[in-house]
Amino acid sequence: MINITPLIPELFLFVMAIVVLMLDLFSSRRTVTLPAYVSMFALVVTGFLMFKYHGDAVRWGTQAIFIADTFATFFKIIILGAAFLSIGMSFGTAEKMSHHRGEFFSLILFSTVGMMFLVSAKELILLYVGLELTTIPLFVLAAYQKTKQASSEAGLKYLIIGAASSAILLFGFSILYGFTGSTYLNQITINLSIFWLAYGGLGTTFTVALMMMIAGLTFKLAIVPFHMWAPDVYEGAPTPITAFLSIGSKAAGLAAIVRIFDGTLIAFATDIMAPSNWGLMVAVLAAVTMILGNIIAIRQTNIKRMLAYSSIAQAGYIMVGVVAASQLGVASTGFYMFAYMFANMGAFAVVAIYAEKSGSENISDFAGLSKSSPVLAILMTMFMLSLAGIPPMAGFMAKYYIFAAAIQAGYTWLVILALLTSVISLYYYANVIRLMYLVEGENKYHIVPSFPAGMVLSIAGIGAVLFGILPQSMLDLAIKTAASFAF
Amino acid sequence: MTYSYPILTYTIFVPLLGAVLLLFIDKEKHNAIRWTSAFFAFVTMILTLVILKDFDWTTSQMQFQEMHSWIPAIGAQYFLGVDGISVPMLVLTGLLSLIAIVVSFNITKRVKEYFVFFLLLECGMIGVFAALDFFLFYIFWEIMLVPMYFLIGIWGGPEREYAAIKFFLYTLFGSIFMLVAILVLYFAAPTPTLNMMEMTRIAPTYTSGIQIMTFAFFFIAFAIKVPVWPFHTWLPDAHVQAPTAISIILAAVLLKMGTYGMLRISWPMLPEGLHYFSIPIAILGVIAIIYGALVSLAQKDLKKLVAYSSVSHMGYCMLALAAYSSVEAISGCMFQMVSHGLITGALFLLVGVLYDRAHTREIAAFGGIGKKMPVYTALMVMFGMASLGLPGMSGFISEFMIFMGSFRHFWATHPSIVIIAVLGVVLTAAYILRMVQRVFLGEFDQERWGHLTEINVRETLCVAPLAVLTILVGVYPKPLTDLMDATLQNLVTLMAR
Repeated sequence: MINITPLIPELFLFVMAIVVLMLDLFSSRRTVTLPAYVSMFALVVTGFLMFKYHGDAVRWGTQAIFIADTFATFFKIIILGAAFLSIGMSFGTAEKMSHHRGEFFSLILFSTVGMMFLVSAKELILLYVGLELTTIPLFVLAAYQKTKQASSEAGLKYLIIGAASSAILLFGFSILYGFTGSTYLNQITINLSIFWLAYGGLGTTFTVALMMMIAGLTFKLAIVPFHMWAPDVYEGAPTPITAFLSIGSKAAGLAAIVRIFDGTLIAFATDIMAPSNWGLMVAVLAAVTMILGNIIAIRQTNIKRMLAYSSIAQAGYIMVGVVAASQLGVASTGFYMFAYMFANMGAFAVVAIYAEKSGSENISDFAGLSKSSPVLAILMTMFMLSLAGIPPMAGFMAKYYIFAAAIQAGYTWLVILALLTSVISLYYYANVIRLMYLVEGENKYHIVPSFPAGMVLSIAGIGAVLFGILPQSMLDLAIKTAASFAF
Repeated sequence: MTYSYPILTYTIFVPLLGAVLLLFIDKEKHNAIRWTSAFFAFVTMILTLVILKDFDWTTSQMQFQEMHSWIPAIGAQYFLGVDGISVPMLVLTGLLSLIAIVVSFNITKRVKEYFVFFLLLECGMIGVFAALDFFLFYIFWEIMLVPMYFLIGIWGGPEREYAAIKFFLYTLFGSIFMLVAILVLYFAAPTPTLNMMEMTRIAPTYTSGIQIMTFAFFFIAFAIKVPVWPFHTWLPDAHVQAPTAISIILAAVLLKMGTYGMLRISWPMLPEGLHYFSIPIAILGVIAIIYGALVSLAQKDLKKLVAYSSVSHMGYCMLALAAYSSVEAISGCMFQMVSHGLITGALFLLVGVLYDRAHTREIAAFGGIGKKMPVYTALMVMFGMASLGLPGMSGFISEFMIFMGSFRHFWATHPSIVIIAVLGVVLTAAYILRMVQRVFLGEFDQERWGHLTEINVRETLCVAPLAVLTILVGVYPKPLTDLMDATLQNLVTLMAR
């Protein structure tokens, strides 16, 4: 008999996703308020359940296939938080939709379940299924505003490229399976070392497998050169979905990368294993991503596109933590994602709220916001500074932690490069601040956020400052996530 | 010295408290906002004076120490303390901030935001001079950039946006090297620490490779702030575009953070790096002295002239710092920091006074102003003389000490460095006297400048303390010497390791 108690949070959320779907079908009053609040409530309960059923694993025979360790819990906090905040900011967006309002929230919940499976998976097939459950609802969500051409385009583009990347990933997995005869992550580690000892190396086929897995997984994080989908999808998708994509699906993808590379394949991080080493490959990808993401972001005029390139660049910084391949590295990637959630969610919330009223997503239309809506402008400034990594915001703490991990691992060149690109990034983040504060000009929109949107902004704003000044509790938790890795 | 209450914490956070309180005042009540911020700046200044009064100058130990656990996960502590080099800087910051706030009373655009940003800035400045933990130091160092960006960018001159972002990016560019250096030092330690005092003990035992690399990294960060030639190009833009009060703060306090950082961090911690780079640093200092003076000589704009004179004057500091073996040089550097803060602060203030009335700063546009504004002219000439190092003023003391110290250090090996530097004094005299002659002497254009009014009481009250201190330090420098002596003796032994 398989013990499925660790799955209770996921199962609960899955049931609730169906409940939300039904709710829309049977309720007579077609408002978004009920399904949205039920969804948010379900996410909070899932969070509590997650802490209650923490620490155990689902096993097939003796092999763990699903594990609710601290690492998974940490990333689930981020994923649930991202889902919660995205739903909180989608009231206005959903209200404007002509149909299928209930499904909108239900699909977000389904995708969240997929992400939760993804971060807990200790087996390749389960991991892959989790990945598909994550992305398929997102294809639909990206195309949700079907009367808007950009939205349909976003959905289609995301679908095609997502499918292609999944195929590549699966190909990589199959080669890995071919080498080891196992799909259990723990067993793969053992079998690979046996193989290595028996044959004195793994040859170029294994390198190809590594490349395919890197390609397949970094697609999800929009790492250069697998980033081409991100700007179009981010721009076209409804803003709350863009926010959800940029945090939720990124956190889940990151967790999978860390599990596979910093966990299962940790032996292949160093250059001694060349050509079967992934450390340098990922380091180079991270470097290119930071450079390109930040430079192209400068040229953007649409704020969602700008944030898309910014999130590409941010993924580059996160990969620096992955490359460090150490306790501190794993802890810092988690903390970075956590701190990044507040700033990015907050920024997208401001964009969503502002665009609802003004109908514009142009950066230049933020001019003079500090006069018409001072609180919104202060919050946006905080989010921009946090994204740029200026103290005392959480984004600075996160960057510091990641760079500490990389310096400890000897990647000084990568840190210097990362810091130089972060100076570049300040330019476009500060540009938003410049428009809001420095540019003389009347902004005609006085914006008073609705209750749920206000709540999202408050949570994001408090988080962005609090975890910059008093990060100790989360850092403690983050360092514990590294305990399940063998460094 | 232990205190029953955490005076340094109060000094840092009183301005922050003021900034928060300001948020609750109606933005139309300009006078309430002005006086509230002046009050908080005044309290801060009093606190710095209390620190000065109770400071024990017989020891080089850190005093008024406060140490609390903060982020153990990264080894960061909330660690504050002051010694003989931070106390003068604290007092200078307290005084100049109050003066700058009073100078800003004539700001009428977005008054509330202005003073909120100003008090935030003051919080960061005081924090830098009191922090003894690398992480805390870095946070205060960076935290200032944001209010500074707004202060230049919103209330500055016509090119303010460009100047503001240039300042922001430039300084951030420097800071990142400091961050890398901090992390390298941190991980090189047997038991990683961010405590500066601890690091001063450990870091000299590191390999020369690490010492030289981190020294260079710290140097870039601090040199941009000083600014040392060739890292100075942000300065003319920021100084000229910033509103008067901010120019004062930039010149009097912000530039000193660079030299303070060197004296606090890289110089005593990384002696091998210092010995390795001392000649290049001296050369950069001399270039700055001569280059700054020559460029000042060519300026048409009064404010730009003062701005470039800062480059030249901070060059003396760099020369002094390069002569690390001599206590005279190092105390000359400290004197120069204080004296440049007073003199250049006053000069920017006075240039602002003239600009408010004439709406131009073009030197050629003026002439014979001395007849129309005698008190103003007297003050301007006095500070001009102080700037060129006239005996009896603070500038003379510092330059004299710097030359004495650097002669002692460099005479045997590189006498040419000091000889060229001395030439700078002549050039300084040239641009100051030229400016005095063009603006205050000569023909007076009654038609154009007939409407100019004499410096008013508020402005005079702002300049007065600076004038008194400039003369006091110049005539009787002993209290300041005594204050710093123990610390500087200790520093010189640390640097000679």
